[in-house]
Amino acid sequence: MIDAYLLIDFGSTYTKLTLVDVVNEAIIATAKAITTVETNIMDGFNKAYENLCAKFDTKEVRIIKKLACSSAAGGLKMITIGLVPELTVEASKRAALGAGARVLKTYSFELTNAEIQEILNAKVDIILLSGGTDGGNSKTILHNARKIAEHIKHIPIIVAGNKCCYDEIKEIFDEASVNYVFTENVMPRLNVLNVVPVREKIREIFMKNIIKSKGMDEANNYIDGILMPTPAALLKAGEILSQGTSKQNGIGDLIIVDIGGATTDVHSLADGHPTKAGINLKGLQEPFAKRTVEGDLGMRYSALALYEASGEKLIKEYIDVPDIETRCAYLHDHIDYVPQDDTDVAFDEALAKVATRLALNRHAGYLEIAYTPLGDIFNQYGKDLLETKYLIGTGGVIVHSKHPEAILKEGLYSPSEPTILKPKDPIIKIDYEYILSAMGLLAFDLPDCALNIMKRYIVEI
Amino acid sequence: MNSNGKTVVIGVIGADVHAVGNKIIEHVLTSEGFNVVNVGVMSRQEDFINAAIETNADAILVSSLYGHAELDCQGFREKCNEAGLTNILLYIGGNIVVGKQDFAEVEERFKKMGFNRVYAPGVRIEEGIKDLKKDLGLV
Repeated sequence: MIDAYLLIDFGSTYTKLTLVDVVNEAIIATAKAITTVETNIMDGFNKAYENLCAKFDTKEVRIIKKLACSSAAGGLKMITIGLVPELTVEASKRAALGAGARVLKTYSFELTNAEIQEILNAKVDIILLSGGTDGGNSKTILHNARKIAEHIKHIPIIVAGNKCCYDEIKEIFDEASVNYVFTENVMPRLNVLNVVPVREKIREIFMKNIIKSKGMDEANNYIDGILMPTPAALLKAGEILSQGTSKQNGIGDLIIVDIGGATTDVHSLADGHPTKAGINLKGLQEPFAKRTVEGDLGMRYSALALYEASGEKLIKEYIDVPDIETRCAYLHDHIDYVPQDDTDVAFDEALAKVATRLALNRHAGYLEIAYTPLGDIFNQYGKDLLETKYLIGTGGVIVHSKHPEAILKEGLYSPSEPTILKPKDPIIKIDYEYILSAMGLLAFDLPDCALNIMKRYIVEI
Repeated sequence: MNSNGKTVVIGVIGADVHAVGNKIIEHVLTSEGFNVVNVGVMSRQEDFINAAIETNADAILVSSLYGHAELDCQGFREKCNEAGLTNILLYIGGNIVVGKQDFAEVEERFKKMGFNRVYAPGVRIEEGIKDLKKDLGLV
């Protein structure tokens, strides 16, 4: 009898199952089926489970635990509120993205009634309220707390701002019966980022409240826990793979590119400090585990947005077909379209290359050159990823492509854009078995097992 | 030294990399009980102003060693006003102009730009702190 963990990803399109032999640290089987959140989430799960059971001897395997992550029903939708756009607004956005949320919009300074209405209309799952360093500005966060208390009762609020206002915010929120929790300030001092406590609170609320509201109650009863949103599981996998566990080392700095139908996500696990001498680091501190989401770069739903973001010229660099715009529009309207011929495949790969290139341009830090009386001086904003050791690809188009390396190479440093600090010569690896998010889940219980499996299954081309 | 409850933003403005004086100013202000928020060298006006908003600062102390402060500081007070920092104290010191100019005229020009205090080259930070404490009602 083999002891196994069943890891489930209730994705926006597919419910993906990964069955792991936790003793021999091996993947037993994987399977998927269309996610059925509109009817009963378990229909899709049962279908996928049937597919899975056909792939192994059910008499030989005992499932000892079932863990899940979810991005079904639109994922975890958040808005974040801060004070200055470049500071607490950016800090709170990074915290929410790192927790695997979809950040629909960010708000700065004092909220207006129109903005409150917009937030109500957006039907978000969680609101993150920040603003002010500890001991710093209190006027804005108090104003925003009052506005929220007046209009928004039912949406959970996480307060992560100037701690000196917490007593007063508590009074305001208690009086109005607002559903809220406090955590540490997301930017306690100028340019110092503190995302981990906020990430944890988001995950707690996700587990407690969000599961119910997404029609996933039944799934929650069957399995041992829907632990987190899928992107958070992916980031967790990246953290373990990069940093290792208490018992063994990870593989070092890495970047994960995940090209999906609606978004392209980039995760970097790296400090991103300057790799050359004499560079002046500017701006808000970067999180070691950083996730960015490009909502306008995707293979299907966002194909038209990609066309608009990149322009026809850029796509033409990769594929010369006359009907680029028509094709993008078609893909946008047919999100389950599977390539039918060689041109379709080539077109998908061209879109994936554009998505990789633009997503890495936005994720990586950049240099700004200042011409001073002392000569050229460089300011660095964001992460320097020039020397990052590994670039890992995941997501359908990469996993199923015959040329995944060619797609990922579009994310490398380019002499034509010398100020963008993208990796120069990383080792390229592919998540062929599509196991990264499952390993993020497994890492919660068995980090060493997850690490060993990733080292074994996520391989160089 | 115990905190005196006042927050000051300091930094070196423009394309100016002189870091030593900036560190000395941070050290002395901290030892005098100020909560010091240092935006560092090569800072833009916006860097000072954003820091002052988030930290609810009482004063901004601008340093400049390379002679181009007059260009770098154009519109600084107006930007503070736009950002709602209407009563914030603005100080500047260092080598703020090029060449041997009459300092009284220089001071006059910077005061017209909205700076509350303007310091000639060679003035020690301790002098500035005396003024700062007076202007903030600490003495």
